[in-house]
Amino acid sequence: MRGVRKRFGAVRALDGVDLEVRAGEVHALIGENGAGKSTLMKVLSGAHRADDGALELADSQRRLRPYRPRSPRDARGAGVAMIYQELTLAPHLSVQANIMLGRESARFGVRLDRQDAEMVTKALERIGHSDIHRHRLVSTLSSAEQQLVEIARALASDARIIVLDEPTSSLSLSDVARLSEVLHRLRDDGVALIYISHFLEQVKDVADRYTVLRDGTTVRTGEMASATLDDLIEAMAGRTVEQAFPHRERARGSVALELEPLATTSRDPSVARAPKLVIRRGEVLGIAGLVGSGRTELLRSIFGLAAVRSGKVTVVGAREVGVSPYARIRNGMGFLSEDRKNEGLAASMSIAENLTLSRLKPHARRGWLSVASRDAATRRFADALSIRRRDIRQPVSTLSGGNQQKVAIARLLHQEADVLLLDEPTRGIDVRSKMEVYEWIDRLARDGKAILMVSSYSPELLGMCDRIAVMCRGDLGPARPASAWTEEEILAAASGAERNGGQRSDAQAKRHEETIR
Amino acid sequence: MSDHAPRLRRALALMGPFLGLLLVFGLFAALEPNRFLSIYNFKTIATQTVIVGLGAMGMTFVIVSGGIDLSVGSVIALCSVVIALLLDQGMAAPWAVGAALLAGALVGWVNGVLITRISIVPFIATLGTMGIARGLAKYLAGEQKVDAPAEGIAGWMAKSPEPTWLMVAPGIWLMMGLALLLAATLRRTVFGTHTIAIGSNEATARLCGVRVARVKISVYVLCGLLAGLAGVMQFARLTVGDPTTALGKELDVIAAVVIGGGSLSGGSGSIAGSIVGAFFMSILANGCTLVGVPNYVQEILIGTIIVVAVAFDRFRSASD
Repeated sequence: MRGVRKRFGAVRALDGVDLEVRAGEVHALIGENGAGKSTLMKVLSGAHRADDGALELADSQRRLRPYRPRSPRDARGAGVAMIYQELTLAPHLSVQANIMLGRESARFGVRLDRQDAEMVTKALERIGHSDIHRHRLVSTLSSAEQQLVEIARALASDARIIVLDEPTSSLSLSDVARLSEVLHRLRDDGVALIYISHFLEQVKDVADRYTVLRDGTTVRTGEMASATLDDLIEAMAGRTVEQAFPHRERARGSVALELEPLATTSRDPSVARAPKLVIRRGEVLGIAGLVGSGRTELLRSIFGLAAVRSGKVTVVGAREVGVSPYARIRNGMGFLSEDRKNEGLAASMSIAENLTLSRLKPHARRGWLSVASRDAATRRFADALSIRRRDIRQPVSTLSGGNQQKVAIARLLHQEADVLLLDEPTRGIDVRSKMEVYEWIDRLARDGKAILMVSSYSPELLGMCDRIAVMCRGDLGPARPASAWTEEEILAAASGAERNGGQRSDAQAKRHEETIR
Repeated sequence: MSDHAPRLRRALALMGPFLGLLLVFGLFAALEPNRFLSIYNFKTIATQTVIVGLGAMGMTFVIVSGGIDLSVGSVIALCSVVIALLLDQGMAAPWAVGAALLAGALVGWVNGVLITRISIVPFIATLGTMGIARGLAKYLAGEQKVDAPAEGIAGWMAKSPEPTWLMVAPGIWLMMGLALLLAATLRRTVFGTHTIAIGSNEATARLCGVRVARVKISVYVLCGLLAGLAGVMQFARLTVGDPTTALGKELDVIAAVVIGGGSLSGGSGSIAGSIVGAFFMSILANGCTLVGVPNYVQEILIGTIIVVAVAFDRFRSASD
């Protein structure tokens, strides 16, 4: 792939990426969230089409041919298979049925299982796991085994390039070892493997070569053996554009929210644990970490959307008992979901309805709504946040991402929340809207709100937050002043890499924090 | 920058079923002008619409909230039996009516609790109560029709009511009055907004502090209550409590809501649309009988119209 470019509206997701992957190697593709890895892989697998650039793919005679997949189906036909973080198997079907799904051999519509059995057995042998019986139901397999079945499926469809997106994020350490064995076996078999992961130490163990993406371009590529972890982290983090954050000194007020050591009971394996944590008025506390590290689960459990197994959340000045979102909102808490489309907003409802849904009371008398009052409030907030609209009654689905996000934020303002939980407040919005969101977060903190903010984008946390804590594999580390962190340190802590000097800066920060208290 | 555009769009959404209604009306008026276009026949049609219409208003709330209630037909039968039995025992009419409504609301409450507290999907939960309510009606009635003195109540569905200035049966006025009230409830109350929000996106509603379980239970209670009222009207029409009446009526009710623009995926639907849908079905049934179209053709027609109405709706929303 050479000079690949892809724009989404005003956002340049890929801005000239080069990637060369050879047959018989494991190639690591690394970069921060939003660096363009997923977009690049979507171009490779035919889900997106590149605006510019050349793609070439070796055919079965190892001759390079121009390659322009029009659809994922097209790409699969050409021998490119994707294996996503969320597995795509049908749990009610057997291993064999899953591996052969869509390609069953049949005569007059009747499945010829015996013929398929041969292919399935061969595919399972190739990954060295004949121990997975082809008649077992997929739902009875462990998630590690399911992943192996997914790889076998790719092999059964004659894939010559297999892309694995965060394959180890839900695996135990022994499963990780087993997976890398399988990958090395396939590599020696001549398969080209692209391995995307944030866990740099694992990447270093399994991959032969690497390519680092940053801000949609290739910044570094080479042999894994000659690169150190520090090299990789530096390449990932190095910034070309300095962004302006509105962070000035803010006065910290009284305690607004207290967490006793907290553990969630959300779906295995993503349990989130947090140490004792205190958030004050006028403070922005940032939570860094990788996607899937438990940050969202933590926020959701604080807001009462996920069950808490142990520990306690105390909202200072609470009026309502209970841990439901209803009680939390009554107690002045507000939550901005990372999943705007599926949770944050009701797409078919209007701007006005979405904006006021969490607090209809001031617009109602004995349950009857005053539409005039609601519309007036909506206009006020929509103007304050400069939400670009035709009409406050237009469905939010017709707004751009940035404006949708502003509606979700406006809802928190209208709700007059004092403690704001913001999950990825700037995800998927354009640069200008981002700047406006930063301004608002700063203004809210200045007005004495307590803000807990999750972000995958560390410069944003460094620029916006007073204190930052990093979440890694379900554990939230200690909160330290933002000035005690560097981007490299956040990345290292998030990917679980122990770096030289990590211990020392930990102690340093502790001292620093004590002096602030 | 007109804030009236969505209102216009909603009016347009109502236009589809309404135009359909006019079309069927015109068709029968042309085919059978004498018998179809008589005041007596209009009264018949309106009276026939009351039961499905009442059921459809409750069902509108359920469908807008993203659910379904299959127990409506059985609840109509159960409540007609309840009121008949109580009147037969000499209970005063207002109390008997109240008890029948309570029975309907109770089934609705059971539906709501099964759906929210035990997380049974609405289709299955109400399929269960559909059987239970039907069986209960048969048990209470001793598997036969229950005759009862229906003085006063029978007049509610009379085609020539007393006093004569009412023009049409009181039941029709009741339905129209409730339609206005419920339409306002759906669009202009906190409860209505919460109902729409749950149907539009339940996760968002929960996140905004809507007490989802509580609202859903209320919605099913409302639906049960209105089905109970439909049962009272059924009794008023037949003056017997019949445990086998209204068999499959829930499907007519659902059809009325869907023809009126309700979507089974929740979030959309309107009281006015559902009433139009209910009228649509009874005009079709009435006209077909007058023209002499056999019953099976009617069934094929209604089935086709449901599919066409939904396909038309899909097409319209896709072009938006």
